[in-house]
Amino acid sequence: MRRLFNPMNLAALGFALLLLMAWQLLADAHLISPIFFPSPLRSLAVLQHRLADGSLWLPLAATGLRMTIGWLLASAIGVVLGAAIGSSRFARDLLDPTLEFIRPLPASAVIPVAILFLGLSNAMSVTVIAFGAIWPVLLASVHGFSSVPPELANVSQVLGFGRADFLRKVAFPSALPDIVAGLRVSLAIALILAVVTEMQSSLPGLGWDIFSAQRFYRSADLYAGLVILALLGFAANHLILLLEWRVLRWRNLRT
Amino acid sequence: MRRYLVGAMIPVAFLIGWEASTRTGLLTLESLSRPSDILMAGYAALRDGSLLLATMQTCETALLGLAIAAIAGIVIGAVLGLSSTAERIIGPTIEALRPIPAIAFMPLALMMFGFGVGLEASIVAYACVWPILIVTIAAVRAVEGRLLDVAAVLELPVWKKMAKIVLPAAFARINVGLRIAAAISLVVAVTVEIVLNPRGLGYRLILAEQSLEIGLMWAQLVWLCLLGYVLNLLLSRLGRGSTPVWRPL
Repeated sequence: MRRLFNPMNLAALGFALLLLMAWQLLADAHLISPIFFPSPLRSLAVLQHRLADGSLWLPLAATGLRMTIGWLLASAIGVVLGAAIGSSRFARDLLDPTLEFIRPLPASAVIPVAILFLGLSNAMSVTVIAFGAIWPVLLASVHGFSSVPPELANVSQVLGFGRADFLRKVAFPSALPDIVAGLRVSLAIALILAVVTEMQSSLPGLGWDIFSAQRFYRSADLYAGLVILALLGFAANHLILLLEWRVLRWRNLRT
Repeated sequence: MRRYLVGAMIPVAFLIGWEASTRTGLLTLESLSRPSDILMAGYAALRDGSLLLATMQTCETALLGLAIAAIAGIVIGAVLGLSSTAERIIGPTIEALRPIPAIAFMPLALMMFGFGVGLEASIVAYACVWPILIVTIAAVRAVEGRLLDVAAVLELPVWKKMAKIVLPAAFARINVGLRIAAAISLVVAVTVEIVLNPRGLGYRLILAEQSLEIGLMWAQLVWLCLLGYVLNLLLSRLGRGSTPVWRPL
């Protein structure tokens, strides 16, 4: 508690509150346009209202679900492909040029193609999310699997491990810190793409909420939506950090 | 040599399979087009200049956003990097703003700027400012202490100290942040165009899909791939040893 309430943290909190207060006062005095900058209290009231009548949970769940499914899909494919590329010379030569060519493509550019094949559907959204979120996890696992310490490779040879056993019991745990780091970046991208596809295709969710708030010039709703979105991103990021801590605890114990 | 052959296997097989299956009627053309038609559509769009015009629009806006982000990021980053008190007071507020996806500000920017360059550049700037800001803070903090001593001895005013000592010394590292931001700027610009802004490559792409000009859509997608590829190549070339790194004697 001591560390939480040291003067610097209080000053930081004070600075944030000061900004909000200045905003509130300027808005109250109509010095800044209430259409662009509604007072923070109004946004807070919207937030409170949506919490009370429960209209917040459905879009939050929809966006969260879309993000999670797309991310899981990207993670699974990314790790498997990464393991193949990272541990086999042939797979690397075979896949690397194709992947390197597709990789710089902005993920949102796939939206038109995905709409063409899948329509304005959740499947479309999840596909786009998976496409965009795969790269960090793929690159991280390629790096992880290709930099397994040679001693570990020797040990598994001595133990007579086959290829599958080596990948599962030795290489995967050794690559895990890289993979988890990649997963974290991927999740952030998944959230962005969930919002983008919702805005593009009018799928119900937080992205659509923000978009429609703008259409009806309900800017307090818009800011409330932004706050919820930020909280979702923050929570997702910290869940992964927690996962990282749990999964990688054995590494910290060893050293 | 063998490596290139192996690497070309998948794309070549894919293209031949695609072309052959549409020619033999195995696949219908409605949503697929075929490689030869895509090539023709791409060639036509290149010749009549529409593709290059859209590319120019996208790149200009991305660059404008990047420039705004670079100025804001480097100035704020330098201040926060030099003063750890300022960093600890303002830092948490910045950390709270950072996780909001730039794209989510699009409706807000639309209200403020309307359709056009302002909408797109402001979103690009918001997305690009974070890597620049964070790298600048770290870079300025890592500036050799003796250099700051020199500035103190010479009694340089703050802005001179910045321009003559801090920023040149930190530039090699700031450059890394700029390169990350440059890659982001193109992605964000295209995204804004696809979702909302009626100009540039992203808009052309979604327009081609909506008007069922499938060949053109694929051609533009390939063009975007090329554009991103060239940008990445350029950025990694720029990063390789071309910026002088100041080392203490």
